Amino acid sequence: MKPFSNFVASAVLGLALVATGMPAAAETPANMLVIANRIDDITTLDPAESFEFAGSDVSRNVYGKLVNFDPMNLSAGYGPDLAASWEVSEDGKTITFTMRDGVSFHSGNPVTAADAAFSLRRAVILNKTPSFILTQFGFTADNANETITHSGNTVSITTDKRYATSFVLNCLTSTIGGIVDMKEVMAHEADGDMGNTWLKTNTAGSGAYSVASWKPNESVTLVSNPDFYLGAPKMERVVVQHVAESASQRLLLERGDIDLARNLSPDDVKGMADVSGVKIHTELRGRLMYISLNGKHSVLSKPKVKQAIKYLIDYEGMQNSFLDGQYTIHQNFLPATYLGAIDDAPYSLNLEKAKALLAEAGVSGLEITAGVREAQERVEIGQSLQNTFAQAGIKLNLVVGTGKQTLSKYRARELDMYIGAWGPDYPDPHTNAGTFAFNPDNSDEAGATGLLAWRNAWGTDGLTEKVAAAVVEGDRDARQGMYEAIQREFLETSPFAIMFQKIEQNGAKDSIENLNLGGAITAVSYWVVTK
Amino acid sequence: MALAETNKKGRHRSALFSRAVATALKTMASIAVTMVGLLLVTFVIGRVMPIDPVLAIVGESASKSTYDAAREAMGLDKPVITQFFIYLRDVMHGDFGMSLLNSRPVAEDIRRVFPATLELASLGTIFGIVLGVPLGVLAAVKRGTWIDQVARVVALVGYSMPIFWMGLMGLLIFYGILGWVGGPGRVGIFYVDIVPPVTGMILIDAALDGNWTVFKDAFSHIILPASLLGYYSLAYISRMTRSFMLEQMSAEYIITARVKGLPERTVIWRHAFRNIRVQLVTVIALSYANLLEGSVLTEIIFSWPGIGSYITTALLSADMNAVMGGTVVIGLIFVLLNIFSDLLYKVFDPRAR
Repeated sequence: MKPFSNFVASAVLGLALVATGMPAAAETPANMLVIANRIDDITTLDPAESFEFAGSDVSRNVYGKLVNFDPMNLSAGYGPDLAASWEVSEDGKTITFTMRDGVSFHSGNPVTAADAAFSLRRAVILNKTPSFILTQFGFTADNANETITHSGNTVSITTDKRYATSFVLNCLTSTIGGIVDMKEVMAHEADGDMGNTWLKTNTAGSGAYSVASWKPNESVTLVSNPDFYLGAPKMERVVVQHVAESASQRLLLERGDIDLARNLSPDDVKGMADVSGVKIHTELRGRLMYISLNGKHSVLSKPKVKQAIKYLIDYEGMQNSFLDGQYTIHQNFLPATYLGAIDDAPYSLNLEKAKALLAEAGVSGLEITAGVREAQERVEIGQSLQNTFAQAGIKLNLVVGTGKQTLSKYRARELDMYIGAWGPDYPDPHTNAGTFAFNPDNSDEAGATGLLAWRNAWGTDGLTEKVAAAVVEGDRDARQGMYEAIQREFLETSPFAIMFQKIEQNGAKDSIENLNLGGAITAVSYWVVTK
Repeated sequence: MALAETNKKGRHRSALFSRAVATALKTMASIAVTMVGLLLVTFVIGRVMPIDPVLAIVGESASKSTYDAAREAMGLDKPVITQFFIYLRDVMHGDFGMSLLNSRPVAEDIRRVFPATLELASLGTIFGIVLGVPLGVLAAVKRGTWIDQVARVVALVGYSMPIFWMGLMGLLIFYGILGWVGGPGRVGIFYVDIVPPVTGMILIDAALDGNWTVFKDAFSHIILPASLLGYYSLAYISRMTRSFMLEQMSAEYIITARVKGLPERTVIWRHAFRNIRVQLVTVIALSYANLLEGSVLTEIIFSWPGIGSYITTALLSADMNAVMGGTVVIGLIFVLLNIFSDLLYKVFDPRAR
């Protein structure tokens, strides 16, 4: 349905709008931000559990964190939020935060160091999906009371060994770092769940907004917090309506019934170029599109074959055709704007070189099977690869399945090749380095399904140790240099061909100012938006 | 003599009562067997699907301990047969379990999404009946004339035009260009959550609340998707009505009626039409059931949070509790509509009593 829908939508809307023009647009109220978005991925509102895009959008606006990003200056990196300042111990293992005074939760309860310590401990003890972001520092349900403590106005966290401070603080900016109202949450505790059941559908934060209602697959309504410590948001109400179709989002925007359309197809974006009163807002996001080769495959594991495959990808052709405006060429595992990101792009479609490399490796008549989920752009990438691979004598069979089907096989190391996407989990280089280039035990028994290197049965050729060293490097510049070197080696040796980085294009009313979707490192911030 | 007569009447009544009880019991047994069968099939399909529901919940970044904890919490570590009986017991208590994806009870979700579909499908079916039946009768009576040809084209377009296309065109013309109707969604964003939910059907809830502004807005949003669904229903109903009527119109009793000099209107409506009512009930019930099942594409285009898109989203996300809950409800609707059709047969056709 998707390709058809995009085609139909743009063809019909384009022709008809040009022919007839739209009637005068309606206006949404000046103090209300109305958004059309696909929000069917929200599974929970609990920051200790939430791990989806639309969920992060809600959480970022509802929960304050110890440290956070300023939406008006994302490139500055993390800065104080509910913690006014912090100090690092000499051994580099303990960070002590001093809480900001005079901040209250939506309930009216003051935000204290006890709330902060409780929130972090709770996230560790609940052990939900994103808990690895904290437990990677050695916090466990058993030691949480000793490693995360509070005293007076300060809260301290002690990691199991020395890590780069920037690594720890970057992780605290992610959704799981959200500080919850301990009194409110524990008042709703049931069966020792630390309020998890209640917090799945309710909120208890101190951020710019609270959730007035969440109807799954239908809408999320946020109301502003007039006592927000950075000042009451201009948008007193934010309504996010679930609108799955790009064409419907476009119509709503052009009719003036919404202020922001979050999921426009490339055709609709092009179609709106000349529409008055509407602008296209573009941001680079963290999602990467890549292919990977299974190290268990006797031929695909050969270094020259891996190189050859990287020369058999029509990066430019895809970027300039069906991915136009949606993805940009990026060949390294750290998305642009991350610490240590590089823009080296040594690979381009080069049939002669690829053929020569295959001949050197003694490969001919190769037939491989790639798993790809049924998303339009991924299938199109698969088809482009089929075409270019065939020119070098490689037969590529595409097995198109649902996301879950394909992922299950990938995690079981059963695919020859995988065509997929990866989004960083938290805004620190280790988030991607720790999965693309880190695999301490490559055996099947290790079952490290969360590591992309393990899924592709790649022992990392020594990069694991280098990644482990980078994550504890205290000097920011030295750390940056280490990631740059790791990526250059990765480009040469890895079974991954990173191809593209995501560009998000939103349609917004002209009057919308200070819109910030969070770039590659965080989620949208509604509290600075004006119109 | 009088006593014997009374006894005879008594025996007759008692026989009728016994027959009614037997029929009711048979019907209930049939419903129970159907529903258990449906539950079993759905459950088995849910378990043999090559997707991992635990993964759907915890995501691909989760650690092994998180994965194992979620698997245990979902009861998937128990033997499959035990899982089925636990599920059966819970369903008997009206508990379809928790949606694995939005952490809410599935029964609560269905109570929220089903009225949206019911409202849309009912309006669509009313549209289909009110226009489809007269159109079918007219086409049969005026067979071969331009009226018949128009009816044929109307039905053909209804059958063959993808609803996706029709939906987009409808939205573009009536919402985008003319501005006559509301856009996607059940009400305008300013009217969300204004009337207290009683039935979950906004038109009825707004009327009960006496809030005619919301009623008007909700009507402007529902009219387009309901008309579209109604059009597809109309296409089916009108073609079937025409075909049933043609069969009756060529029967001997119609010729006799005409020879007797009865007015044409009486011949058509009181003789021929009366005899197609039973068949029409089946056609309408089937059409209604199909719409109640949820027209996924219509719901997606019009951002209509109904049961069709609910089940589809759940299926694609491996949320099997939601899929099974939705399937059971739809199965129940089919069974109930069948029973309702049977009852109507008895009203319309004395031979079926």
